[in-house]
Amino acid sequence: MTTWGLTKVRVRFRARVALDDVDVSVDPRTVTALVGGDGAGKSTALRALVGVVVPERGEVSRPARELIGFLAGQNAVYNDLTVDENLDFVAHAYGLRGTGYERRRADLLDRTALATARQRLGGQLSGGMRQKLGVAQALLPKPELVVLDEPTTGVDPVSRLELTRLISHAASEGAAVVFSTTYMSDAERADLVVVLDDGHVLLTGSPDDIVRGVPGTVWASDAPPSGVTAWRRQDAWHFYTGGSAPSVSATAVPPDLEDAVLVAAVQHQRFRDVGVSI
Amino acid sequence: MWAIAQKEFRQLVRDRRTLAMVVILPLLLLIVFGYAANFRITTVPTIVTGPSAAVTATHLPPLFKVVAIEQSYTATDASNALRDNKATAAIVTSAATPQVMVDGTQIFAAESVIAVAAKAGYKTEVLFNPELKTSYMMIPGLVGLVLVFIGTLATSLGVVRERQNGTFEQLAVMPFSPYDVFLGKVAPYFLVSLGDALLVVLAGVGLFGLPFVGNPLTLALGVVLFLFTTLGLGVLISTVSQNQGQAMQLSLFSVLPQVLLSGLIFPISAMGVGVRWIAYVLPLSYFIPISRGTMIKGTPLSALTFEFAMLAVLGFIVFGLSVLRFRRDLAPSARRSR
Repeated sequence: MTTWGLTKVRVRFRARVALDDVDVSVDPRTVTALVGGDGAGKSTALRALVGVVVPERGEVSRPARELIGFLAGQNAVYNDLTVDENLDFVAHAYGLRGTGYERRRADLLDRTALATARQRLGGQLSGGMRQKLGVAQALLPKPELVVLDEPTTGVDPVSRLELTRLISHAASEGAAVVFSTTYMSDAERADLVVVLDDGHVLLTGSPDDIVRGVPGTVWASDAPPSGVTAWRRQDAWHFYTGGSAPSVSATAVPPDLEDAVLVAAVQHQRFRDVGVSI
Repeated sequence: MWAIAQKEFRQLVRDRRTLAMVVILPLLLLIVFGYAANFRITTVPTIVTGPSAAVTATHLPPLFKVVAIEQSYTATDASNALRDNKATAAIVTSAATPQVMVDGTQIFAAESVIAVAAKAGYKTEVLFNPELKTSYMMIPGLVGLVLVFIGTLATSLGVVRERQNGTFEQLAVMPFSPYDVFLGKVAPYFLVSLGDALLVVLAGVGLFGLPFVGNPLTLALGVVLFLFTTLGLGVLISTVSQNQGQAMQLSLFSVLPQVLLSGLIFPISAMGVGVRWIAYVLPLSYFIPISRGTMIKGTPLSALTFEFAMLAVLGFIVFGLSVLRFRRDLAPSARRSR
């Protein structure tokens, strides 16, 4: 079984280096999540993987285009085509026809709860329905490599759950799946997480490994301490002091993936208030 | 109010295309209306025929610019020379009084010739459009104008919509070759343009009583060649536009000179020499003689080889450039796989 991905990839847009020395491996039957804040390089990494962005250096491994399913952000659906027509267009592109295609289409429409909306125009669908249709289009040809750019962004929690199930099911069918997200709850369901910040890979590993790898202690307090970067978690403030004791009254808490990602960002002194979604 | 004005000014300065239009458009209009917009004809390309052609040619009023002297030509030969766009007027000297024939599809030239010939005591015959109907001049030109509008404007908007909606990258990753995408995007506009051209011709004949005396296949060939340029221009514009607003701006910017400088309204021969060269690089300048010639005069294909050749050259350049730009957008590099 072939592993797809990026090896030591650097992408430059004029003077700005969007990706530097980035490694991402996407294995068959697994789901890989690229996480990071806005401008971290998630979309660029995925676009380099599918070939619409050319790296300045590094290696890209991907299957032939007939074997790639791609969701390009929020706008993969034609507004003036119906759900069926959108799927039919993709089917034609990939040479799918006959009863095999009809069965596949019915299965995906069922899994995405779009079976009752087949004659609705893409522009008449809700944001969540459009995203589900976009993912269904990417999965339609049963590709070897599925690349989804922010499939769950702007989608309600129920639709997000349906989408993550759809993604997991694609991996269970044998596909190598990679998707980008700013939601840690989505990333926690992946087999492998790659944390990107400012075009660099901060962490790579399974969600458990990444959480286990947090050095030192994450603290929780009622008020943000001064002098250290803190992040809001529900009704408390979490912060990280390295090995030293906190200067305010705080209790040690077991970190989760979100804490682990933010600790990594703090350690690299690249944490930004508007970064990873909290 | 000041805050909005300041914001607008900043946006205008950063929108280079609009800024260019704001600067270039007034200059273009100044040039067009200053040097090109001229209905007054000072010279008319003339062929002098018949036994006394050589002598008559030396005594003609200055309006007649002699381009050829053909002593062996009959009146029919002279008429055919006008049909084949070899000249706009012909002086036939076979009778005691020279007879002037003039091409009625060149309305402004014909009116000048009629006035000057009357003063000189020549008998005048207006060919192809004896009543000098404006519709005879405009409708064949409108076929070209429709092709420019649909071909350039609609194609550029249709292609750039894909980019603006974000679905262009999806297409780039799907198993289509760049040529599949290019031809797939362009083919519907090609067919719609053909349909529109047919509609204008039928309406011209049915509603305005326009004659169609030439070979429809000659016009069809001209339309197809012309469409290569206009559709190519539409795709080319779409490759340098990020949204439909920009595409529309650039399309109108490319259409305007064609409307004003191609001979559709103002005769090319009456334009100042300084701007006439612009007309010579506009595809519509070559399509109009084909459509007017085929529909009104019955000009055969053999007499239009220069116009067809120019359309082919312009089509090759513009279409080729658009394919290259489009291909670069869709396939940024040879995709390595496995």
